[in-house]
Amino acid sequence: MGMKQMRPLAITGGSLVLPDRVVRGTLRCAEGRIVALGDATAPQDGDDVFDAGGRLVAPGLVDFGVFAVDKPAFHFGGITRAALMPDQSPPLDHPARVQFLAYSGKPDLWVHPLAAATRGLQGTELAELAMMREAGARAISTGRRWIADSGLMLRLLQYAAMLDMVVVSHAEDSGIAGKAVATAGEMATRLGLPSAPAEAEALAAARDIALAELAGARLHLRQVTTRAALDLVRTAKQRGIAVTAGVTPAHFQLSDLAMGEFRTFARLSPPLRSEADRQAVLEAVGDGTIDVICSSHDPRGPEDKRLPFADAEPGMAGAETLLAMVLGLVRDGVIDMARAFQLVAATPASLLGADAGRLAPGAEADIAILDPERPWIVDSRRMEASAGNTPFDGQPVQGRVTALFKGGVSIRP
Amino acid sequence: MTSSAKAPAAGRYPAGGLAFPHRDLLGIGGLETHELLFLLDEAEQWVELNRRSSKHVDVLSGLTLINAFFENSTRTLLSFEIAGKRLGADVVNMHAATSSLKKGETLIDTAVTLNAMRADAIVIRHASSGAVALIADKVDCPVLNAGDGQHEHPTQALLDALALRHALRARGQDEFAGLCVTICGDILHSRVARSNILCLTALGARVRVCAPPALMPAAIEALGAEPFHDFDAALCGADVVMMLRLQNERMDGQFIPSPREYHRLYGLTSTRLARAAPDALVMHPGPMNRGVEIDSDVADRAGTSLIVNQVEMGVAIRMACLDVLTRRGRGVAGWGDEAKQWV
Repeated sequence: MGMKQMRPLAITGGSLVLPDRVVRGTLRCAEGRIVALGDATAPQDGDDVFDAGGRLVAPGLVDFGVFAVDKPAFHFGGITRAALMPDQSPPLDHPARVQFLAYSGKPDLWVHPLAAATRGLQGTELAELAMMREAGARAISTGRRWIADSGLMLRLLQYAAMLDMVVVSHAEDSGIAGKAVATAGEMATRLGLPSAPAEAEALAAARDIALAELAGARLHLRQVTTRAALDLVRTAKQRGIAVTAGVTPAHFQLSDLAMGEFRTFARLSPPLRSEADRQAVLEAVGDGTIDVICSSHDPRGPEDKRLPFADAEPGMAGAETLLAMVLGLVRDGVIDMARAFQLVAATPASLLGADAGRLAPGAEADIAILDPERPWIVDSRRMEASAGNTPFDGQPVQGRVTALFKGGVSIRP
Repeated sequence: MTSSAKAPAAGRYPAGGLAFPHRDLLGIGGLETHELLFLLDEAEQWVELNRRSSKHVDVLSGLTLINAFFENSTRTLLSFEIAGKRLGADVVNMHAATSSLKKGETLIDTAVTLNAMRADAIVIRHASSGAVALIADKVDCPVLNAGDGQHEHPTQALLDALALRHALRARGQDEFAGLCVTICGDILHSRVARSNILCLTALGARVRVCAPPALMPAAIEALGAEPFHDFDAALCGADVVMMLRLQNERMDGQFIPSPREYHRLYGLTSTRLARAAPDALVMHPGPMNRGVEIDSDVADRAGTSLIVNQVEMGVAIRMACLDVLTRRGRGVAGWGDEAKQWV
């Protein structure tokens, strides 16, 4: 499959999701980039013409935090770029592995490896961050764990600031969280699961924000899932600290009740929270405290999930449901369509320093055509992902990608 | 003597299999009060049998009972083994230490293997909460939870209720309404505490739980128990004091500074016991750490200590559970497929 765009493409008859509004119009792209768009734009002679048939024309999703490269699931979900977490086996702490993975999805998926902050993600020694940047890493991640050593975290943030790379942190105080697999509360007590107070997140967030301010670094808290930590992020932003926050649909769709009957598809990291915290996440998505919604895609088969709850691996297959869940927020009036694509495309792209994730002249022509109303039912047995561990199994949702373009070339008719 | 010959009290339970419409016994949670009472009443005949010199019946003759213990146990395993043998079943014990789990086999594969051996009932203990339910989902026969992680230990709660009921009846008191029970010890890590809170509150008792903050689970009030950190306050006026073992493996300074400091704050001494109601009953699921959570003179005091009675009732309760849960498979009248009310 040749992936170079040979002829200009005009996408007509759709509604364009721009950074601030939705307008009817035509989008033209050539040589892999958007060249013009709007109601005054028209196909030109020699263009390939794609009729969007009244559907939405949106930027391809930029998934800021996945644990596996799972192309069928990404393409089903309209994802054209994915930031790969360093929690691989072995971890992404070496320039050669970063370089290999940076090319692993091309041409129809761009993988942006996140450099492991520390060797082996052990949280004790800094990894070769500048060399990994040269090899293609666009940001740094502490992985699915917190760096407990505050001195090391400060040095990491200072070094990252010098390299102008965002540090993506997992905000969960490891001393409090320990071996917890659930949030302390009635559900964990009834199930007899090792649990930790939700405040483990706010404690970690407070420290990381303070150190980021001290270092003058850009900090992204990959998942902020509690009211207390969201309040800290809100305040820090008001003070002008360069902190951003992300979340996955699990934490605004589900509370810890989803762990009932020891359902391991609801074993996540950080764990599901109380209903009050779920509501706080929804508020924070609405008021702009949350900047990014990612899938945290982590397909896990029965060998990792058909186990007693505490013995199962954390993680969910989320790539296919990310868009539908975010469109649910639009339908519920939490956010508008333009902001939805800020959350899943524009802001993640900007954190990665990628000229993508938005419909604007000059940007990469990564484009998803979608029917935001089309209903379907999430079925863990029938998924594109390499495993069906979705906590949304059986849930009716709306919104499907009907066509996908990467660099102006159709990859999913 | 067969169990079905003894009809439950008229009007008290639904008829036949509807009296206990569950395939498995995975926990006290989810059981109705009348279902708990049904199991307690069913156990009474086995209490009587166990006190005779000839203790054998053939209710489960020809049936295979597998005790699959993935976590060390002495008394619970022995109790289930005796219960199965007295009912005439062929009893096989599988110890984790000698199982293929050590060779990397998954729990599901083990469950499928046990199922293929056509057991008629499987008793399971496992160190992880929810593990027994996971296995139950993969096998075709009744599964009894003999303790899963920090979740539930239903036969322990049932035997405690039976021992308590016997003691109350001997004193001319009836049942549990208004009874105040204080459970003290490592509530956080205790499946016995969870099952007992659920069981005793369902039967009408008031339950207090007492532990230092580090050993008290969050939101325990939601289960119907009143939490205390001060043992003296928790004991005040209690009719029953149930002490839990302080697990020595957790005594490394992470939860409790030292055994002697724990004894100072939470050890049941005769002086402390005097704060409870006169002649308050003392219980302990065993094994005891004498001199840590409980003093010997309290543990051994005739007339108020039920600790030995608990062990005795354990066999009877497990016989009742094995009998009731295998009735469908044995085709006992009223318990067959016509009573398709499995929950």
